[in-house]
Amino acid sequence: MTGTLSFEPDDRFNAFLTTCRKVSHGSGRLAGIPVAVKDNISTQGIETTCASKILKGYIPPYDAHVVRLLKEAGAAIVGKTNMDEFGMGTTTENSAFGPTLNPLDTSRVPGGSSGGSAAAIAAGMVPMALGTDTGGSIRCPAAFCGIVGLKPSYGRVSRYGLIAYANSLEQIGPMAKTVTDVSTLYSVIAGHDPRDSTSYDRSYNHIPSVEIKGLKIGIPQEYFGKGVDPAVGNVVQKAIGTLEQLGATTIPCTIPSMEYALAAYYVICTSEASSNLARFDGVRYGPAADVKKSWHDAYRDVRRAGFGEEVRRRIMLGTFALSSGYYGKYYAKAQVARENVRADFSRIFSKVDVIAGPTMPTTAFRLKEKSDPLSMYLSDILTVPANLAGIPSISVPCGKVAGMPVGLQIMGRHFDDERVIDVAYAYEQAVRA
Amino acid sequence: MTEAHVIVGLEVHCQLDTKSKLFCGCSTDYRNDGPNTHVCEVCLGLPGSMPVLNKRAIEFAMRVAKALSCEVLYESEFSRKNYFYPDLDKAYQITQYDKPLAEKGILEIDGDDGEKKVRITRIHVEEDPGRLVHMGNAERGRYSLVDYNRAGIPLIEIVTEPDMRSPKEARKFLNKLRATLEYLGVFDSEKEGSLRVDANISIKGSERVEIKNITSYKGVEKALTFEVTRQRNLLRRGQVVERETRHYLEARGVTQSARSKEMEHDYRYFPEPDLRPLQVRSWVDSIVLPELPDARRERFMVQYGCSVNHARTLTGELRLANFFEKVVEPDPAGLPALAATWIADILIGELNYRSMSLDLLEPATFTELIRLLKNGIITDKSGVEVLRVMLDQRLKSETTETPEVIVTRLRLAKTTGDDAALRTAIREAIAENQKALEDYRNGKAGALNFIVGQVMKKTRGRSDPAELNRLLQEELSKGA
Repeated sequence: MTGTLSFEPDDRFNAFLTTCRKVSHGSGRLAGIPVAVKDNISTQGIETTCASKILKGYIPPYDAHVVRLLKEAGAAIVGKTNMDEFGMGTTTENSAFGPTLNPLDTSRVPGGSSGGSAAAIAAGMVPMALGTDTGGSIRCPAAFCGIVGLKPSYGRVSRYGLIAYANSLEQIGPMAKTVTDVSTLYSVIAGHDPRDSTSYDRSYNHIPSVEIKGLKIGIPQEYFGKGVDPAVGNVVQKAIGTLEQLGATTIPCTIPSMEYALAAYYVICTSEASSNLARFDGVRYGPAADVKKSWHDAYRDVRRAGFGEEVRRRIMLGTFALSSGYYGKYYAKAQVARENVRADFSRIFSKVDVIAGPTMPTTAFRLKEKSDPLSMYLSDILTVPANLAGIPSISVPCGKVAGMPVGLQIMGRHFDDERVIDVAYAYEQAVRA
Repeated sequence: MTEAHVIVGLEVHCQLDTKSKLFCGCSTDYRNDGPNTHVCEVCLGLPGSMPVLNKRAIEFAMRVAKALSCEVLYESEFSRKNYFYPDLDKAYQITQYDKPLAEKGILEIDGDDGEKKVRITRIHVEEDPGRLVHMGNAERGRYSLVDYNRAGIPLIEIVTEPDMRSPKEARKFLNKLRATLEYLGVFDSEKEGSLRVDANISIKGSERVEIKNITSYKGVEKALTFEVTRQRNLLRRGQVVERETRHYLEARGVTQSARSKEMEHDYRYFPEPDLRPLQVRSWVDSIVLPELPDARRERFMVQYGCSVNHARTLTGELRLANFFEKVVEPDPAGLPALAATWIADILIGELNYRSMSLDLLEPATFTELIRLLKNGIITDKSGVEVLRVMLDQRLKSETTETPEVIVTRLRLAKTTGDDAALRTAIREAIAENQKALEDYRNGKAGALNFIVGQVMKKTRGRSDPAELNRLLQEELSKGA
């Protein structure tokens, strides 16, 4: 079953930052399957840039845990996919190496930040790929490109080797055309890794089932309220109707903490990012600092030239939020808001099995449509609650609005990933032509 | 002003003597290897790497917490201390901030006015940064190289309340702390760079000054003594002591104001998201503490009949205490008295003079020396000579002779009455010092001692003074 695979895709969408033309692979569950890996996941011997100039030329000396697992399962790692720089964005336009285009409509963005992975799958270049999801970065591009993407429960997939953006929020997850492929890829990457102290001993060996009779689905009113395109809401309502036809019941609910969720999310992720990204100083890797200058000046110049605008903005926001005198006002308060989100979910999950709603408030934006950062941030409102709470969430295609795909988002209890996969699978199988 | 007006508090950083680093498996035994040879993606802070806590390091710190009677927090946590510096690979240090491992302890010391309890504020665990090596000079261009071998070595930070009242008392605290940590098996004071101290010092009623990064035990006392003088001089001249941070310049023995900008960090602490909170209070009960310095001192007095001072000196350092017990082991009843004196009063001084580690001297060899002294084979003076030869040989890694061989080679065996050479020396001394002889005969008993001294000179100290006195009188009575 071992062999060599040649990979020469017609990448008209700028989905890949690096492709590996000849890839040898082993045997196993994924033997010979080409798998693309987001460029913020370390691959030994393959340049890993996080779509940032500051890591141009960085070739990791080690494999991320998930990459090791992929190789052990026989997968062929065929390339590294484009993304918003360090995962900071919702469109993959914030890449230092140019935006990725949506294969369904090249005037539109593929979503982000795992836009390259989603586009590579949607364009048929690879059957499956790894993405990462800090505030929706797997589910958003999955929804915009009409594929399936799972953000696993926090702790179920090792983050070892994932170049950190916001440690307490992010997870590596599977993306594919079908729920079955997402499930297969997930079974390979889930499980405990002693090198990630936040990972749990929860492997995933589940075969998706269509049986959802008696399932209770919570429908939060906030997911169909202000800011959500009514056309998207209607498509999602229809999809939920399909689930009801399969024997599920729906229960209306509310998530009052959502009022502060987005603000809390942006305080936490920028705070963590400001610390995580401080190490990029030109001393050990990446474009070298000018040694003729004092270290302080050299650092400043390397960082100013190496980071894109959005990254610099978030570093400054996070630095401010953690500063003495402001920590209590921002970081500490964001943690309280985060606890409230957790509490809301835990209250709702005492009455329902899953929560359903749209993945994104709209379909894919046009390129450069979201020019001001704030309106971009607002589009994350439906995906960030799952990251704040650490719960599993999947996006599965559920129809179209004006020709562009819409994603149905299913969230579940912590570690109940099997259930959200089953619900997505039941829906996918029911609507299959 | 008296010493009582001085107020000192310490922050002591010690490297925990674990086999591997705090957050990765790299070896801590880096001192004899080239730069950047004990590193991996974790301690280099490569993108994507994550810390995994070394359980042993926490266990070591818990031993210290228990020995210092601290309260261990039910839940402690690691935080990130963010700042840029080339020796700091991740641009943050993983340390403990508002939830340290343990708080509120005590260390009893032999203070300026007797027994004293110094309160311990807190104990926490953190990682050591790397090390900068400055190269070049004005002509060749200055630059710095970074060595990350030290990055990630576990440190324990012990913070005291401002309970010490003099530089000497601070030194005593440090000595006691060092002994305690060594007895606990968690620290090796002889490893270079294993200790770093920040000292806070004020004169009552004035502002507090922090002296940063003192790297030796002696340095702490010297830096504080300098500061006391400096601050008192300021006050005497009617000036004020400014609240500031100062560096200690070891080579010059002075403190120097740190540029204030350099020290105005906002570390932006926040909990380390890659590590889970630590719940280790329940470990306290299972930790069995070894015999600590105070207990061992008491035992030395009871078991070996050591004086308080000898017992305190011998147990003040683990190596010394172990050495003493090994030396006297072959004859625990006969050897201790002499061994205690020779180790505490002579050996330590000779080692310090040579900046030499006790590890280079085998206890059995020292036992042999003590036996030569005890059995009257050599005089005390010769004993010192033998010891010096022994130490010098070991320091230069030369062939090491046993004390007996040295005694034979240098003909240091004590003179005896039927020793012809001695008789000659006595006669010569008498002949050459007729004035003293006259004085003696005129009833000046002390004059005899002078002649004894002259004989000693001629025999290079090989004679027992009492015996010599007897022989000299014998000789004089013959001539009379």
